[in-house]
Amino acid sequence: MSETQFSIALLWLFIFIYSIAGSLDFGTGFWSMVYSNRKDTKAGDIANKYLSPAWEITNVLLVMFVVALVSFFPNATFTLGTALMVPANLILVLLSIRTAFMVFAYSAKEYKTILNRVSGVTGILVPALLVVVLPITHGGFIQDVNGVLQLPLSKVFTSPTVYAFIGMAISMTLYLSALLLADYASITGDRSALDIYRKHSMWIGPFTILLGFLIILAIKNEANWLYVNLRNYLLWIILSVLSFFVGYWSLWRTQNDTNEESRGPRIALISVIVQLFFASYAYGKAHLPYLVYPTTIQESITNSAMYRALVVSYIVGTFLMLPAFIWHWRLFIRNREYVK
Amino acid sequence: MNHLLNARFLFGLTMAVHIIFAVLGVGIPLMMLIAEITFQKTKDRDYAIMTKRWTKTFTILLGVGIPTGTIASVQLSVLWPSFMEAVGKVISLPFQIEIYAFFLESIFMTIYVYAADRISNPLRILSLTLVTIGAILSAILITNVHAWQETPSGFDYVNGEFLNVNPWKAFFNPIFLTTASHVVTSAFMVGSFMIVTVAAYKMLRKGVNEREYKFHQKALMIALAVGGLSGVATALNGHDSAMKLHIFQPEKLAAAEGLFETTANAPLAVGGIVDPNTQQVKWALQVPSLLSILATGKPSGIVRGLNEFPRDEWPPLVTHILFDSMVGVGTLLILLAVLGFWFKRINKDRRFPKWLLWGFVLSGPLSIAGIELGWSFSEIGRQPWTIYRVLRTSEAVTTNGNMGLFFLIFVGLYVLLGVITLLVLRYYFKRHPLSKDLEKIN
Ligand code: HDD
Ligand code: HEM
Ligand code: HEM
Repeated sequence: MSETQFSIALLWLFIFIYSIAGSLDFGTGFWSMVYSNRKDTKAGDIANKYLSPAWEITNVLLVMFVVALVSFFPNATFTLGTALMVPANLILVLLSIRTAFMVFAYSAKEYKTILNRVSGVTGILVPALLVVVLPITHGGFIQDVNGVLQLPLSKVFTSPTVYAFIGMAISMTLYLSALLLADYASITGDRSALDIYRKHSMWIGPFTILLGFLIILAIKNEANWLYVNLRNYLLWIILSVLSFFVGYWSLWRTQNDTNEESRGPRIALISVIVQLFFASYAYGKAHLPYLVYPTTIQESITNSAMYRALVVSYIVGTFLMLPAFIWHWRLFIRNREYVK
Repeated sequence: MNHLLNARFLFGLTMAVHIIFAVLGVGIPLMMLIAEITFQKTKDRDYAIMTKRWTKTFTILLGVGIPTGTIASVQLSVLWPSFMEAVGKVISLPFQIEIYAFFLESIFMTIYVYAADRISNPLRILSLTLVTIGAILSAILITNVHAWQETPSGFDYVNGEFLNVNPWKAFFNPIFLTTASHVVTSAFMVGSFMIVTVAAYKMLRKGVNEREYKFHQKALMIALAVGGLSGVATALNGHDSAMKLHIFQPEKLAAAEGLFETTANAPLAVGGIVDPNTQQVKWALQVPSLLSILATGKPSGIVRGLNEFPRDEWPPLVTHILFDSMVGVGTLLILLAVLGFWFKRINKDRRFPKWLLWGFVLSGPLSIAGIELGWSFSEIGRQPWTIYRVLRTSEAVTTNGNMGLFFLIFVGLYVLLGVITLLVLRYYFKRHPLSKDLEKIN
């Protein structure tokens, strides 16, 4: 693999990881809001059990992605940084309100409802806006007005592609998080919470597939180069759709599975992650060689000396942190005692 | 022009807010660690209660510290795209490594808070130590980028291109270690003096009983010790920083001291206002030869004055006030700590007098003022450069508009978050008064 290919693969990996971690985080926050005042079910508590130890790390993943973009593709940083002034600042405002209010809600129990509402709603807007960056990289939005890069927002928010992506982000966020919580509920043997989240997943799931097709249609009209490339990855798209059905089928089966600790949600969760993997692989591959159309990754890559230093620091850093990640995982995610 | 000013205000505002939570994020874990170790050594439960209450405070502060940091890192790219392009090419290493410091801090913080009852005592201490190390590392690494802005190295700058990049040479730029140690010790000051503030305030309250007074006094004494020692360290490595300015950014030092003519036996102007028209520092206390001694180590040392530099590269002259106020704050805080210990020594059992306690109450806000003044001095004193003698601030700023509007939006956001943070802290500690914690251990 060349330096450029490796860098873009790493960046892709970070987007993929963050899209999952972020969806789980924001979606869980949303479900926590929905069920925070319900006395008849523990669905809200289960959401908070996931949220408390996870949000900080999820946030680091976001910063990690921003830093990787700056480090590996400094020229693209210039273009995106200039063009995204307005949307990026909006996202920042929403993100900070979301995070702060969520943390406040843990400490000010009496005002929990209102704090939870604010953080739940702003939280679901964050992925919806974050994802808008993707269609912007397809080209056609950023304009060069007398040497100044501009992003006409009226153009962005009248584009069908943008809305297809926004819809996808919201439904994926809710779908993934509902599945995670169904799985969490099944670990604790809480059948009622499991059923709640299973039902939500079954409603939302089909939208992810539908919106996937809408995205492809919209791309065909608005960024034909990407559509042409995508056709080379038809196999991956088919695999993605198949994984969706595996997951959905497993959810369906859970309905009649009277076993308290059902394996269904786990299989469904993994299948959706696989579904997302295939789809983003196809999308990412088809996106090449452009980072922000029509600028190619070769034009944006940093110098070799920097590249080598970065890769070394990634390897050393990940190696050193691995035990910590594993310990954290064992204490919170895969720990019956904690989840209960 | 207005556009540039707005961008500077907006970014400066974000940083000014983030730094408060960030330094508390460095200083409070240190104090938690010290209290936790003291508890395990002395078995005095009061220290366990301290750790618990500081931990709660810290988790609430994280709710603002983390998002404001995230704002800072994204705003760097959207407000100063040319700067970040340069960073990406030459000095992205510290940003990159800092991610792991963030992981370290957040993973072990989570473990320390949410798994406290499931892990052993040594593991608790280990987690807390790693939280503290993570926070210190984030401060050091981000300061690394700042140090590089002041003394850029590790590249050749030819026709607007960064060539022959050497990332590690950029990383170990000439002032990195000096600056980083100054930033870290000053962060320790803030963490400990804020605890001094709260403890002293509680000791001043009317209804405070003997038991609670003793508790707060214990907190006050350890915080005062840490604060005082960090204060001395800060003054020492601050002096080092000033000597580095003499070598690497002489015009910044000249502006800080209001020195116009290059001279040996340069006097130190304490206080006063620098007047560029008369080229003098009005109303200042002049100490003969002291600037030469401080900057070079001997009275005959030559210190360069502003007139040696082109007028359009002079830093703003307000830096003199900022610098002197920072040093003033440092001196005052060291004095306060010394006074506190001296008083305890001669009057073992007497309560602290009211005036001294009020002095202690002021110490925390003063230390935060010190940090803000220091950073403002450093950042404003670098003007007109964003990367010293490489990239001007006017070239670094984004060309995109709407800056004024965003400035207002962010002012509103920070006021909102600041006010609610205070309300939540107050609310929480009203619900969980110290008396209840103390009852539990009796
Ligand atoms: C509680 C905070 C605090 C206190 C009491 C002091 N400082 Fe400081 N100082 C800082 C907090 C700070 C800072 C906020 O951390 C700065 C800003 C940028 C930096 O690197 O550190 C700083 C910068 C800074 C610089 C500029 C470095 C540069 O621009 O590259 C110098 C020369 C000094 N300091 C010197 C001193 C001296 C001689 C002090 C004597 C007591 C002192 N500081 C006390
Ligand atoms: C010298 C000044 C700074 C210090 C001492 C500092 C220190 C810290 C500390 C200790 C934290 C942990 C959170 C907390 O305890 O509140 C933090 C968070 C953060 N800081 Fe700063 N910081 C500084 C400046 C900056 C700058 C300039 C940036 C932007 C590049 C930045 C980016 C961040 C980010 C992104 C986070 C959140 C990390 C997370 O997601 O966990 N910081 N900072
Ligand atoms: C956390 C403490 C910090 C504070 C309070 C602070 C404050 C400020 C202020 C007030 C300005 C505007 C200065 C002016 O234009 O006159 C500024 C500019 C800037 N700072 Fe900082 N800063 C801090 C840390 C940092 C760090 C660690 C970095 C490096 C990553 C950094 C990078 C910049 C950049 C790139 C600018 C804009 C260009 C310029 O004005 O030179 N700052 N900061």
